[in-house]
Amino acid sequence: MNPGGIAFDHVTFAYAGTPVLDDVSFDLPEGEFCLLVGPTGAGKSTLLKAVNGLVPHFTGGTITGRITVAGREIRDSTPADLADLVGYVGQDPLAGFVTDEVERELAYTAEQLGVDPAAMRKRVTEIVDLLGLADVRDRDLAALSSGQRQRVAIGAALVAGPAALVLDEPTSALDPTAADEVLSALHRLVHDLGVTVLLAEHRLERVAQYADSALLLNGGKVTAGPVGEILGASPIAPPVVELGRLAGWPGPPVTIREARRHAAGLRGALAGHQPIASAAPGRKSASSEAGPPLLEARGVRVDYPGGVRAVNGVDLIAGRCERIALMGRNGSGKSSLLWALQGTGKRSGGTVAIGGTDPAARKPAERRTLAGLVPAEPADLLYAETVAAECEGADRDGRVPPGTCAKILDDLVEGIDADAHPRDLSEGQRLALALAVTLTAAPPLLLLDEPTRGLDYPAKEALAARLGKLGDAGHCVVVSTHDVEFCAEFASRVVILSDGEVVADGPARQIVAASPMFAPQVEKVLPGWLTVSEVAEALGRSETSGTAASGTGDDDRA
Amino acid sequence: MNRTRTAAMPKTARHTIHPVAWWGWALLLATAAGRTGNPWLLLLIVAVAGLVVTWCRGSEPWSGAYRVFLLIGLSAIALRMAFYIVFGGSDGPTVLFSLPSATLPEWAAGFRLGGDVTAEGALAAAYDGLRLATLLVCIGAANALASPRRLLRSVPAALYEVSVAVVVALSVAPQLVESVGRVRRARALRGNTSRSPANLMRTVVSPVLHDALDRSLALAAAMASRGYGRAAGIPVPARRATSAALLIGLIGLCAGAYALLSAATPAPLAWTTVAFSAAVSVFGIAFASRRVPHTRYRPDRFGGRDWAIVASGAAAVIGTVLSGIHEPAALWPATNPLTVPDLPMWAAGGILLATAPALLAPSSRGGTP
Repeated sequence: MNPGGIAFDHVTFAYAGTPVLDDVSFDLPEGEFCLLVGPTGAGKSTLLKAVNGLVPHFTGGTITGRITVAGREIRDSTPADLADLVGYVGQDPLAGFVTDEVERELAYTAEQLGVDPAAMRKRVTEIVDLLGLADVRDRDLAALSSGQRQRVAIGAALVAGPAALVLDEPTSALDPTAADEVLSALHRLVHDLGVTVLLAEHRLERVAQYADSALLLNGGKVTAGPVGEILGASPIAPPVVELGRLAGWPGPPVTIREARRHAAGLRGALAGHQPIASAAPGRKSASSEAGPPLLEARGVRVDYPGGVRAVNGVDLIAGRCERIALMGRNGSGKSSLLWALQGTGKRSGGTVAIGGTDPAARKPAERRTLAGLVPAEPADLLYAETVAAECEGADRDGRVPPGTCAKILDDLVEGIDADAHPRDLSEGQRLALALAVTLTAAPPLLLLDEPTRGLDYPAKEALAARLGKLGDAGHCVVVSTHDVEFCAEFASRVVILSDGEVVADGPARQIVAASPMFAPQVEKVLPGWLTVSEVAEALGRSETSGTAASGTGDDDRA
Repeated sequence: MNRTRTAAMPKTARHTIHPVAWWGWALLLATAAGRTGNPWLLLLIVAVAGLVVTWCRGSEPWSGAYRVFLLIGLSAIALRMAFYIVFGGSDGPTVLFSLPSATLPEWAAGFRLGGDVTAEGALAAAYDGLRLATLLVCIGAANALASPRRLLRSVPAALYEVSVAVVVALSVAPQLVESVGRVRRARALRGNTSRSPANLMRTVVSPVLHDALDRSLALAAAMASRGYGRAAGIPVPARRATSAALLIGLIGLCAGAYALLSAATPAPLAWTTVAFSAAVSVFGIAFASRRVPHTRYRPDRFGGRDWAIVASGAAAVIGTVLSGIHEPAALWPATNPLTVPDLPMWAAGGILLATAPALLAPSSRGGTP
């Protein structure tokens, strides 16, 4: 066993009789950047929290086996005792901030440990420089961008000089650029400080390239190995790995650069093909020309107190069957626009008409039959004790025949326990329930605010398919997201917002290909193609038709 | 990164002033206001506080506190006047107008409702209201100059746990407001606009409480993983002795302050009480602080300028004391008969000295209020 890293030795954890971790053993050497992979609900958070004692000290449950961090066995230590050994960073940095200023927050752990003031000052300055926070060190935490906040949270965990850093989905809520800031800062830490990093993340496409190794947690069991090998065998894998699996590339490659090196053959095989619009479910092309547009918004402005203009003169015309992805950085006005379109949120100027009616002028009960909005926190829409009661409540709210909501939910996703508490559902199920509640009012326009947070790849695919079906059924679906992979699966049209203004608007394929920030992984490897299923479908076509191109493909994949 | 918002905030001179100095200055000014009923002096105190706030405050969110407290002060005057008109008070010969009056029954004898409204009575009520407003404005000035959070950061180590609890509570309040807003908006999305209490309980209160509970659990976990509550190592008897000393000290301080402000208690007794309780509190705090294992990051230092600011506040109090000896009538002007009150020179001089911080600690925004 190595002295510097994190080691689990036959660790088993059960909560209220339900096993979560089952005889887990692994050994991370000092200074390793390790990625923890697994489906939603596999117990990734539990494993991470076990490293610093939050499990079982905060959650309860029984744990057996040995966990050592930097040679110290942590069995009898509380999380507070381990503060100098393990730094822990959660998904929402704001929820964990104790103070209100950057420097104080950074110094907090050191204050608790009783570090000498002179040493503390030096340490804080080092961390500020290391994480690139120099120009915000005097500011209030509330005034920071989301990427800066997450870096402050990482810095705050590092000030005490821990041997290990544990991060639970640090980039899930961040836009691609902010996520890059955070990840490259982490990468530098591993090199400069020799910290052992264990990180769980759903957006593997972002992190896989930085990791040295990976752990796959599935059904309570852990498999350890090199990143490519683990992801290749994992049920959860980023598109580039899926593409590698499809094409049979060795490894498989986890970075875009590696994949490009292998891609020549596949590009040749695809040479004669066009990605057809029906490759993904519900990819029927919609024409906004046919008939009058469903949504007509002109010059929409949203101002907040303090002179902040969140949305500045946005025009958006959309027809039925359109699937629109509203993209842009955190704080670019996506949510404000969605709420203003729905009519419940604030609108300071401009006009919105849904089927000729201004939703803001209607009563809430009538408004939701025009446009339904699923907020960023779907749980806000849910307040019953059980799924069944929630559905009945939705039927009453919408004055529709009993059973309508339950039937919609059944169509969206199968196998939800009607007696479960909505807060106990998985993220994907909860989202489906909120969606069903919204759809009970049968609004032609459906708006979703950041629906992909906390969803793993299969759940996101399922969501894209569901929304695609709704589009085919005649709804106009608008989703705000900065998840480029989800956008590639789902959208027929992409609108990019920046500082409250529309900077690009057009067919998904065109817009996404033109932007390095919003291009999905497959597009980066195979220009012109957006998703793995498109590629698979085209290859399937060429194989059945037996063209020469398919021969090349087979050679390559052999 | 949002570059427009990232522009580094200049370090202002105000940062070097200790929050305790600001609070001491403001409370001394408030004490001076409590010792007089002279409208000229009270208005002078409001003006001095306003001047120092405009010159010395920074651009933090709480810097607007002065204006808020000024508005609260104005409503205090209005409320005092309304009370006078309804319930009456001191009377005089100059009747402005008469309201229909009703005398309360035996058990509430002494009170009358409505009746004559006299100029003398109205003036007395206005002076009284102004005094309350001035006290409020002084507190507002302290808030604008140094946030309560910065003050809490300066509390002695022995009170650390308490100050953390207060800081967390201070940040929870705005979060709760935000949470209520979010849940209410979501409610509108469901078309649920019923206002029955049972419905509100289920659809607003319960989700908000759920949210608050989740949040506090997350915060507790985050604080624990960052070392909060690490075996503090203070033996139980020492902790009890500290608590007892602090409690006795604080009660004594309150009693002493009350005795000082009321005319009934002889001054030497009041001062002895204050001095004794202060000594007990200081002992308790110092005794406990030595055993606390925490350290402070960049503690605010209490320097010469801070003392000067406190001294300038004390000058206002000393001025009112001297006026109390030499010209007591001007300090509490009579309103019957109606006269224009004199300005007590000693007190006015002392209060003017309290503008010193405007020169001692000009903010970088200097002169651009």
